[in-house]
This record gives sequence, C-alpha cells and structure tokens, in this order.
Amino acid sequence: MRGTGRKEPFIEGLKDGIPICLGYFAVSFAFGIQASEVGLSAFDAGMLSLLNVTSAGQAAGLGVIAASGSYVEMALVQLVINIRYLLMSTALSQKIDPELPTRHRLGIAYGVTDEIFGASIMRGGRLTPWYSYGITLISVAGWVTGTVLGAAAGRILPERITSALGVALYGMFIAIVIPPAKRDRAVLAAVLGGVLLSSLLTWAPVVREVSSGTRIIAVTVAVAALCAVIWPREEEAADA
Amino acid sequence: MHELYLYILVMAGVTYLIRALPLTLIRREIRNPFLRSFIYYVPYATLAAMTFPAILGATGSLVSALAGLTAAVILAFFDRSLILVAAGGCIAVYAAELVLSVLH
Repeated sequence: MRGTGRKEPFIEGLKDGIPICLGYFAVSFAFGIQASEVGLSAFDAGMLSLLNVTSAGQAAGLGVIAASGSYVEMALVQLVINIRYLLMSTALSQKIDPELPTRHRLGIAYGVTDEIFGASIMRGGRLTPWYSYGITLISVAGWVTGTVLGAAAGRILPERITSALGVALYGMFIAIVIPPAKRDRAVLAAVLGGVLLSSLLTWAPVVREVSSGTRIIAVTVAVAALCAVIWPREEEAADA
Repeated sequence: MHELYLYILVMAGVTYLIRALPLTLIRREIRNPFLRSFIYYVPYATLAAMTFPAILGATGSLVSALAGLTAAVILAFFDRSLILVAAGGCIAVYAAELVLSVLH
C-alpha cells in the first residue's frame, strides 16, 4: 500500500521538489540581493528565509523593515499577504489521514507554500508526512541557499541565467494544471477563470492597487465557489 | 540587531500560525458538498491566478516570458513531467533571450 513506508514517499518528495528548488533558488537569489540592500547580512537574510519560506510575504516584510514600520504593521502585512495559506492548509487537512498525529500536522504546516501545496495536493491518494518532508527539505534548501548567495555575492550568476530560472516555478504550476484541465471541462473552467480574473485584477484601474496576495485570495475564492456551484463534485474532493 | 530579529519572529509567527491552524484543528472529513467541491477547485484557481499574468514579468523581457510560457504549456499538454516542463520553460526563455541579444 502506498504511503505506509517512509523512505519511498520521502524520495518521491525530494524528486518532485527539484523544479521547486531551482525556481526557489532563482527567486530567493533576487530576494537576497534586495535584503543586502536593506542592510541585512547574508546570515540574517538566510535566517529570514529559513523561518518564513514565503516569497511575497518576505518581499513585503523587507519593505516594512526598510521603512522601520511597527511590529503590528508587520503582523498585518503578513496576515493579508499570506492568508491564502489558510485555504491551502484547509485543503491539505482533507488530504491527510484524519488520525495523523499533531506533530506531523505541525511538520507539514511548515512547508505550506504555493508550490509545495500545488505538488502535494495533486499527488494521488492520501498525503503522507514523509512526502511533505522530502519536498519541503529540498525546496527550503534551494530557498535558503539562493537567499544567502544572493545576499553575499550579489551578481555571481549571469543575468540571463537568473532570468531563465525565473520561469521554473511557473512551469511547474503549468505542468500541474494543464493535464487535468485537458480531461475535465470543469477544471479547465477553473483554470481559465483563474487566469482571466487575475489578469483583470492585475490590469484594471483601481483594483490593481491591491497586493498580489489579496488578489490571489479573491480570485481563488470567487472562481472555486463559482465552479463548486456550477459543477458540484460528489466523490473526488478527498482524493483529488 | 535584536530589532531585526523581532521583525523576523513576528513575520514567522504570523505566517506559521496561518499555515498550522487549519491543518491541526480540522481533524474530520468535511462532508458539506459545496465545501468539498470548493476545496477541489481551490488549487486550480490558485495556481492559474499565480501563474498568469505574473509569468509575463518573471524574465528579462515579455518576448522571452511568452516563449517560456508557450514551451511549458505545450510540454504540459503532452503530459511531460514537472521537471521536464519547468526545464523546457527555462530553456525556451534562455534561447529567446539569446536570440534577442543577437538581434539587438
């Protein structure tokens, strides 16, 4: 039975995490450069990445630090930008064994990022914590290494390489959503709806002022709710 | 420097709580059909919204971003693996920027 062992799902997680690791490396490298410009040492920047593991949240947090904002402001900024993890964590709670002990739930929670969530939720069957640990380990390694190198050595990578690596994460998202969208019209509608609404909110006047985190929540809630009303699911939600 | 670490701890604390609360508190299967369907569609809507239009600004130029996007969509359409789709996108971006730099 799948998921009873530890080694196999752990290694599978490591493998699925390779593109995430590369993409994170590129994104966090840029973050490291920004952090050093705000005055953080390579060690500080690395700690920041290790403890947070959230691109949009960290970028916004750096802004608060640079502006010497209050701690309350910092907390609110993180809450607004990262509240989407609440949805992801809820979805994951339905994907794990209901009997899974709290320590494993707390362990999985550390790695709830857009990318790790995307890969974990699409995996067939129940999510085992060892898969999460594998994919989280390699992804966070890329995230922290990129941050430290970016902060320490600025531009050691040619710009063209970091530019190319910049699409790695998106490539992964595309690999996750396209195959099921091809087979299921309701999923296709959810994907196209997400693309259209997020484009609208990105480019339309006034609403484009909202942060990217808020935009993603708004799009997700609106599109998923609409699809749930039009194409209700009977069975799949638990083992999607 | 302790002030910096207070900032970092506030950030990390808030973010971790958001991630951990549903996973630790929701211990039963959600039965409500609407909620189950909603949860089923969440990843597709989220990933689509995160990819587009953000991918257009992820590289050095719009043209190379479109090249990467197109390559990734084609590879994914033919059910290639995560790594292959991601790598194909990166290579397409690299190639496009190489061509652009030669043209200029």
